[in-house]
Amino acid sequence: MSGPNTNYDPVEVSALDPANVDAAVQDAIAAITAASSLDDLKAARIAHQGEKSPLALANREIGALPPSAKAEAGKRVGQARGRVGQALTVRQAELEAERDERILVDERVDVTVPALRREPGSRHPIELVAQRLVDAFVGMGWEVAEGPELESEWLNFDALNLGPDHPARQMQDTFFLDPVDSGLVLRTQTSPVQIRTMLEQEPPIYIVAPGKVFRTDDLDATHTPVFHQIECLAIDKGLTMAHLRGALDAFVRIMFGEETRTRVRANYFPFTEPSMETDFLCFACHGEETWGSAEPCRTCGGSGWIELGGSGMVNRKVLRTCGIDPDVYSGFAFGLGIERALQLRHGVQGMHEIVEGDVRFSQQFGMGV
Amino acid sequence: MRMPLSWLAEYTDLAPGARGADVAASLVRVGLEEEDLHGGDITGPLVVGRVLSFELEPQKNGKTIRWCTVDVGQNGQMLTEGKHQEIVCGAHNFEVGDLVVCVLPGAVLPGGFAISARKTYGHVSNGMICAEDEIGLGHDHDGIIVLSRLLGEERAATLSPGDDAIALLGLADETVETNVTPDRGYCFSVRGLAREYWHAQGSPEGGYRDPAEVATPAATAGGYPVELKDDSPIDGNDGCDRYVARIVRGIDPTRPSPSWMSKRLTQMGMRPISLAVDVTNYVMLAVGQPLHAFDVDRLSGSVVVRRARSGEVLTTLDDVERTLHTDDLLITDGGEQPLAIAGVMGGASSEVSDTTTDVLIEAAHFDPTTVARSSRRHRLITEASKRFERGVDPRVTAAAAQLAVDLLVEHGGGTVDDAVTDVDRTSERTAYLLDVTEPARIVGVDYPRERVVGILRDLGCVVDESGEGTDDTHVLVTPPSWRPDLVDAPDYAEEVARIDGYNNIPSITPTPSDGRGLTHAQKARRVVADALAGAGLTEVLSYPFVAEELADQLMLPADDDRRHAVRLANPLSEERPLLRTSVLASLVDTLRRNVARGRKDVAIYELGLVFRPGGAIGTAPIPGVAARPDAETLEQLYAAVPAQPRRAGILATGQAEQAGWWGPGRAADWSDMVAAVQTVAAALAVPVVVANDPGHAPWHPGRCARITLVDGTLVGHAGELHPKVVAALDLPERTVAAEFDVDVLVAASAEPVQARPFSTFPPAMTDIALLVAADVAAADVETALSSGAGESLESVVLFDVYEGERIEAGHRSLAYRLTFRAPDRTLTTDEVNDFRDAAVAAAASATGAVQR
Ligand SMILES: [Zn+2]
Repeated sequence: MSGPNTNYDPVEVSALDPANVDAAVQDAIAAITAASSLDDLKAARIAHQGEKSPLALANREIGALPPSAKAEAGKRVGQARGRVGQALTVRQAELEAERDERILVDERVDVTVPALRREPGSRHPIELVAQRLVDAFVGMGWEVAEGPELESEWLNFDALNLGPDHPARQMQDTFFLDPVDSGLVLRTQTSPVQIRTMLEQEPPIYIVAPGKVFRTDDLDATHTPVFHQIECLAIDKGLTMAHLRGALDAFVRIMFGEETRTRVRANYFPFTEPSMETDFLCFACHGEETWGSAEPCRTCGGSGWIELGGSGMVNRKVLRTCGIDPDVYSGFAFGLGIERALQLRHGVQGMHEIVEGDVRFSQQFGMGV
Repeated sequence: MRMPLSWLAEYTDLAPGARGADVAASLVRVGLEEEDLHGGDITGPLVVGRVLSFELEPQKNGKTIRWCTVDVGQNGQMLTEGKHQEIVCGAHNFEVGDLVVCVLPGAVLPGGFAISARKTYGHVSNGMICAEDEIGLGHDHDGIIVLSRLLGEERAATLSPGDDAIALLGLADETVETNVTPDRGYCFSVRGLAREYWHAQGSPEGGYRDPAEVATPAATAGGYPVELKDDSPIDGNDGCDRYVARIVRGIDPTRPSPSWMSKRLTQMGMRPISLAVDVTNYVMLAVGQPLHAFDVDRLSGSVVVRRARSGEVLTTLDDVERTLHTDDLLITDGGEQPLAIAGVMGGASSEVSDTTTDVLIEAAHFDPTTVARSSRRHRLITEASKRFERGVDPRVTAAAAQLAVDLLVEHGGGTVDDAVTDVDRTSERTAYLLDVTEPARIVGVDYPRERVVGILRDLGCVVDESGEGTDDTHVLVTPPSWRPDLVDAPDYAEEVARIDGYNNIPSITPTPSDGRGLTHAQKARRVVADALAGAGLTEVLSYPFVAEELADQLMLPADDDRRHAVRLANPLSEERPLLRTSVLASLVDTLRRNVARGRKDVAIYELGLVFRPGGAIGTAPIPGVAARPDAETLEQLYAAVPAQPRRAGILATGQAEQAGWWGPGRAADWSDMVAAVQTVAAALAVPVVVANDPGHAPWHPGRCARITLVDGTLVGHAGELHPKVVAALDLPERTVAAEFDVDVLVAASAEPVQARPFSTFPPAMTDIALLVAADVAAADVETALSSGAGESLESVVLFDVYEGERIEAGHRSLAYRLTFRAPDRTLTTDEVNDFRDAAVAAAASATGAVQR
């Protein structure tokens, strides 16, 4: 470094010569531009911006200048360093961007390899179908009622107007408990839940009762000794069969879609009077592959219609048995088998897959239907 | 109930061009569900054939076929070759000389099945010998039709090879089969079905011809003596309140039934037997009144109708000796010898035979309950019992007897006694005062008064619009004798709706006003089910029926509550007579089934009720149904129903996590089961405590966790199954299981969670290693640490367990990370060290732990 310089002599401070400063800048920019990696750029930074770079050295010489020249030289060097710094910043950003891009390429994996280390679980579709129906009715203001599966005979039969000698009682193939005079059975229907509700709750009553029921049928394509029903019961002032149809229509729409065509006809159930049966048009043959055609439809058996289930206005005798005044209140009830609804809605061909517990069956349905 | 269209057309006018399907559709509209259609879809040649010869030819598939030569008269299609028809037949229930039914090439059978000569079993078969189901006659496919058996010897003797079998068997005539509901006993007759069809056509004036409208003679003196002596009526109803006896003498027992009658009986699915029997069956099908024919020569005294005495026996027509019950109503000879179980089945001793010339025709009205009980008790469901238990028209009795008498006289050549027995104790139905606006109120359709009255009159009701009590809205209705089911307003409302058309009922969505949604328990149970599925388990459903030996296989101790199982009186299989007392009891079958189907990794669960009577089964009362039972009776009723807690069972075998590109898999072990229960508890925000349980079947004594609520209430158990249980139940080795009481967890989650404040100051963490004896439970150490560490402790995590050479034998090293945090400040190192030391000291005093 030169000593204090009171008499300006440009020769002594050639580093501050404009040409030299310019040359230093050109060198620096050339090196920066040529840097092809962040490491190269780091070297260029040290060489052209570091303590021993030409411009740093030149900057130090400013102090040796006479005051009159300091300002000009300072400005020149400052601008020069600014240009170098600018070039470094730009190149740094470029190289970093390139590096980031490259990392993303280098880190590429094949995301199509298996990702699930554990098989996902699933619910049983019988439960899901029941839940779907329950939710729809709860959404309309109904509540869910439940009861025991092992039930008293009185609640399962007698209170439902199925006396010991009733022909309909003989048709139900009931599991009786040992000893047979215990008055206990595995419930053959979810209707005892309705009786329990009517015995214990003041009208208005709007309940939906899903649950397991039992009949002494061997397992085959259409029967299972343990199956599921869902029943609805409404007791209120002024309810008519028109309300029953309305509720049934809602039920059918939830299960089988808005377009489902239904027909209703009279039927007989001891629990209801008047009673009603609802059928919907066979979705497989649309009522065309009926009797007399070359091959009657297997889904509907050739009738063109599929039975949805029984229903009706709750028998006045049943209301009286439950302590409800039939002159004040009326009500309706209906029900259907959930297995059948599952079969129809989801194209399940038989009964075995529903009851066998093969996990492949449940897993098709996930957590909701 | 079947009905040929030709028979229907006798009693009512068929709609122009109506075919079977149209008639079935009409009947559906008035509430009679179609069951099937028979006949009407065959084109011939379908002819009578006589089997001339056959050769037995064993086949490679193990069957032996018969290569038959059959005389089919002038229909023979091989006559030009000088041969009779050659047909292959697989059945073996016929002999040379039998008359059979042959379908020949060119014919079309029901279902569009076209017949042609075809090569089969090494021969060209020129047609087929038919079984009943192949020609739509019935469901029998046990062998081919042998006409002498189907139509009776006499009738068969009149037939010749080549006769048209379509006409013979009435196959051109469509037969509609309907399902008759228990309240419509009258529809077990062509009379009733015709009436319903007529209603479906709008009940046109004069369009219904009642076959029971025949002139009947009044009772006379000198008829066959009949005494009705029911000394123990059921529910106050006499077992028999009407008995008509008519005698026809001098019948020629060799005379066959007329062919039209045999044909109809065949169409109805019944076999012609003899004239006397056929006539009783025919009249029953026509008007719904079961009749019985007695051989007068085999009766010695008067007909006495009485209840059976204890110990009495009767051999019924089906050759079964039956011990009678004092509830059985009997027809007896002179009050002693039983002749028949009334309304159910006759006895062998008084049966008409092929030498009977004098016949007593019984037409009686029996109490439905009496017949239903006898039918059930003797497991005898007969054509008669089906009708009586559903109610037979008490006013058709004499007409039915008259119809039978007329047929016997006409076709059997007999003469009828002038003396007539008709003991009639029936009473007229009383009129019901009907509010004519009631059908509208029940159905929801505004039926005008005239419509209600008109429909009821069409149905056969007598409607009195001016009697006592009648006014603008009330009429007196007396139902027809064939409708015992019509009692009060809802019954009449149904009739009005039915005849007016159910499809005229509008659809109005009901709008309940105060639904409260799902209950807490219902929501919580869904959380449990979803949490288990979310934990990778698949929900299944199993049957609750289990074997007696299962309790031993599960190694349940002698005094275990789970040994008190409910037993079924009529199990589907004698091998599984009990109801499960745990979910695992039936879930093991499901696991085994999945494994048997080649699946190695199975993780399943089931939520369901189990049956825990906790001792002997009580007896549930059976109160009356006239009114609500009193509170005490209801209490007994509810209490008699055994406890049925809702439990969850979990089973897993194989890999819990799969092997893959990431490395090896991980086998399901005891900890997955504990984790599953903890996951459910966490999902319900219920804290639970885990402890080692060395003594709970069916688990491995060293790998069983007992899971309780904080207050000690048992939730359930989880871990690995006992190796002996695994072996006894043939499960995969190291099968793991859990079972818990869903109700307990659900109840514990009922109170709203109360949020605890949490600190936003930085946490301070410190790790400790404790040396404890190997039999000290980690949970106990953790509990001690927590209690000693003070209120600033945020969490204790066991992050390492070491057993091995570097520490004392019989010990293990437990490494814990303690995290502290104060609500109001940053803790100093000194404070944290003090807390840590206090925690270690507590662990030391509680468990003997030593800090390493
Ligand atoms: Zn169909």
